[in-house]
Amino acid sequence: MVKDKKSVKPKKRRWNRDDTELTLLALPTTIWYFLFCFMPMFGIVIAFKNFKINGGFLKSFWTSEWVGVNNFKFLFSTRDIWMIIKNTLAYNIVFIILGIVVPVAAAIAIGQLHSKRLTKVYQTAMFMPYFLSWVVVTALVWAFLSYDKGLVNNLLESLGLDRQQWYMKPEMWPPFLVFMNLWKGVGYGMVVYLATITGIDKSYYEAAGIDGATVWQQIRYITLPLMKTVIILMFIMNVGRIFYSDFGLFYQVPRDSNSLYDVVYTLDVYVYKQLKSSTTGMSAAAAFIQSVAGCITILTANAVVRKFDKDSAMI
Amino acid sequence: MSEVKRMRKAKYDEPTGFERFNRVSKPANAVLNIVFILLALACVIPVILVVAISFSAEESITEYGYRFIPKIFSLEGYTFLISQSKMIARALGVSIFVTIAGTVLGVLLTTLMGYVLSRPGYKLNGFLTMVVFIPMVFNGGLVSTYYVVSQLLHLKNTVWALILPLCVSSFNVVVCRTFFKTTVPESLIESAKMDGASQLTIFAKIVLPISKPVLATIGLFLCFSYWNDWYQSMLYIEDAALYSLQALLNAILTNIQMLAKNAATMGLGAAEMLAQMPQEAARMAIVVIIVAPIACAYPYFQKYFISGLTLGAVKG
Repeated sequence: MVKDKKSVKPKKRRWNRDDTELTLLALPTTIWYFLFCFMPMFGIVIAFKNFKINGGFLKSFWTSEWVGVNNFKFLFSTRDIWMIIKNTLAYNIVFIILGIVVPVAAAIAIGQLHSKRLTKVYQTAMFMPYFLSWVVVTALVWAFLSYDKGLVNNLLESLGLDRQQWYMKPEMWPPFLVFMNLWKGVGYGMVVYLATITGIDKSYYEAAGIDGATVWQQIRYITLPLMKTVIILMFIMNVGRIFYSDFGLFYQVPRDSNSLYDVVYTLDVYVYKQLKSSTTGMSAAAAFIQSVAGCITILTANAVVRKFDKDSAMI
Repeated sequence: MSEVKRMRKAKYDEPTGFERFNRVSKPANAVLNIVFILLALACVIPVILVVAISFSAEESITEYGYRFIPKIFSLEGYTFLISQSKMIARALGVSIFVTIAGTVLGVLLTTLMGYVLSRPGYKLNGFLTMVVFIPMVFNGGLVSTYYVVSQLLHLKNTVWALILPLCVSSFNVVVCRTFFKTTVPESLIESAKMDGASQLTIFAKIVLPISKPVLATIGLFLCFSYWNDWYQSMLYIEDAALYSLQALLNAILTNIQMLAKNAATMGLGAAEMLAQMPQEAARMAIVVIIVAPIACAYPYFQKYFISGLTLGAVKG
C-alpha cells in the first residue's frame, strides 16, 4: 500500500478542481471511517477509566474518573483471564496450522481428479458451510447433539449404549470445535488455494512430466513453491488475528453452556459476557489487551515475513 | 478474472494425450473421489437433516427423535409459521430490508472510496490510504465500539444499528481500488476530463458501468454478510419488533422467555406464543427459510466470490 506514495508525482502541484471533486466523492466514506473505526479507536482509553453511563457518550466519557491501570489489576487478579488467553491462543494456533494444511492438501488433491465436472460438484458442496451463519450452524449441531432427540444419541441407543449429555462434557469440545471450524472453513480455503493452482502455467507441469517427474514431485517442486506467496499471506492474516476468535463458534455452537466454561471461553466471549453483565471496566481492559496485542502481532508477523520475502509482505 | 475464465474453459476441455499421461493413476483417482464424496456429504448432510426435521410431525419427533427420513411426514412446522405470519413476516421483512439497504449503501460507499484511491496524483491519496489501512491493523475493540454506536450515535434499537456498522470494510475497498486501477483505462478517464466531465459524472457514467464484475463481487459479499448477520442484533437490538430472521432463530434457540417478554410489542399473546413456540419442526422450518435462498443462490455466484477473494490478495 505504501507503494502508492511513490506513484504520486514528486513535483509540487497546486490543489485543483479534480482534487476538490474527488475529496467530495470520498467524503461520505471518510465520515463513515471516522465514526465507526476511528471514534472507537479513541474510545479505547475507557479501559483506563471507571466508565459510567451518564447521559450521552461524550458526557459519560468526561465525567468518568481516570483510574489508571486499576481495571487491568482487577482483570488479572481473577485468574480466569489467563485461562481465557490460553484458550484463545491455543485454539488459534491449532486453527492456523490445520486451516492451512487441510485446505492446501484438499486443493491439491481436488486438482488431481480426472473429471473436472465432479471437481466442480465437490467444490460447490464443500463451499456451502461457509455461507451458513453460526446461528444456523448451532441449530444443525443441535440436531445431532441434543440429549433426547439428537441423531448421535439415537445412534448410541440403537447400538445399546447410553445417551450422553454432550453439552456438559468439556473433554469432547476442544476437538469438536476444531472440527467445526474446519467444517465451516475448508471449502472456502480450498477455493482460494485452487484459484492459485489453476493460475499456474500448465507448461511447467508439461516440462516436468516430460522429464519424468512423478505427480508427487510435481506437487513438491512446482505447485507448493508457487503457492508460497498466497500461503504466507493467509498465514500473516491469521497470525495477526491470533488474539481474536470466532465469537459465533465459541459462544453460539456450545449454546453458552455453563459446564463448558473452561474450554470455550475465549477473549471475545469474555468481553461480550462482561459487557452484557455491565462490568465495563473489566471488559474494556480485556478488549484493550485484545486490540493492542492484535495490532502488535499483525505488525510483527508482517515484519518477519518482509525480512524473508519482501513480495509476500502485506505492508 | 482470468482464473475463472480459464477454469470454465478447462471444464469442457477434453484432456489432451499428454494430460492423460501426466496425471494420477486410475486407482488413485478412485480413492480421491471417494474421499471427496465423503467430504462433500459431510458438508451437506446436516442441512438435509434439518430439512427432514422441518417436514416431520411433532409426535414423530417426540417419539423417535430427529431422523433423516421422517416417520410421519407433515407440513405442520410450516403451517405453524404461517399461523404466526405476523412475527415471521416481520422478521423476514427486517432481514430483506437490511440486506437490500445495506448492500446498496455499502456498494456505494465502497466503490466511491475505491475509485478515489485509484486516482493517481490525487492530493489526499496518501491520507485516505491511511484512513482505509489503519483499521486493518488496529481497531477499538468491542467495548468502545459498542458505546460509540449505542451512546454516541444512538443507534441502539434502530434498524441502522444492523446496517451501518457493517457497510464498509477495508478489504472490500482494497478489492475495488485494485479493480479500478487494473481494468479502467486511464485514457478513458482523461478524455472524459478533457470533455469537461466532473469526477462524479466520470464515476457514475463511465467507471461504474464497466465495473459490473466488481460491483457483483462486493454486492454479494455484503448481501451474504447482511443476510447472515445475527451479532449486530445480539448487541444492539432488544426490541423484538426489529428482529431479523437470524435474530429470531437465535432468540428461539437460546431463550424463549426473551421472546415472550417482547411479545407484547409484536401484538402477540405471550402465553399463547410460549405454549406454541417450542415446536421442533417450526424451529427447523425457520432454519430452512434462512438457508434456502442462500443454498439456491450461491452455486451460481461462487465465481464472483472467488474472483473477489483473489483480487483482494493482489497488492495494487
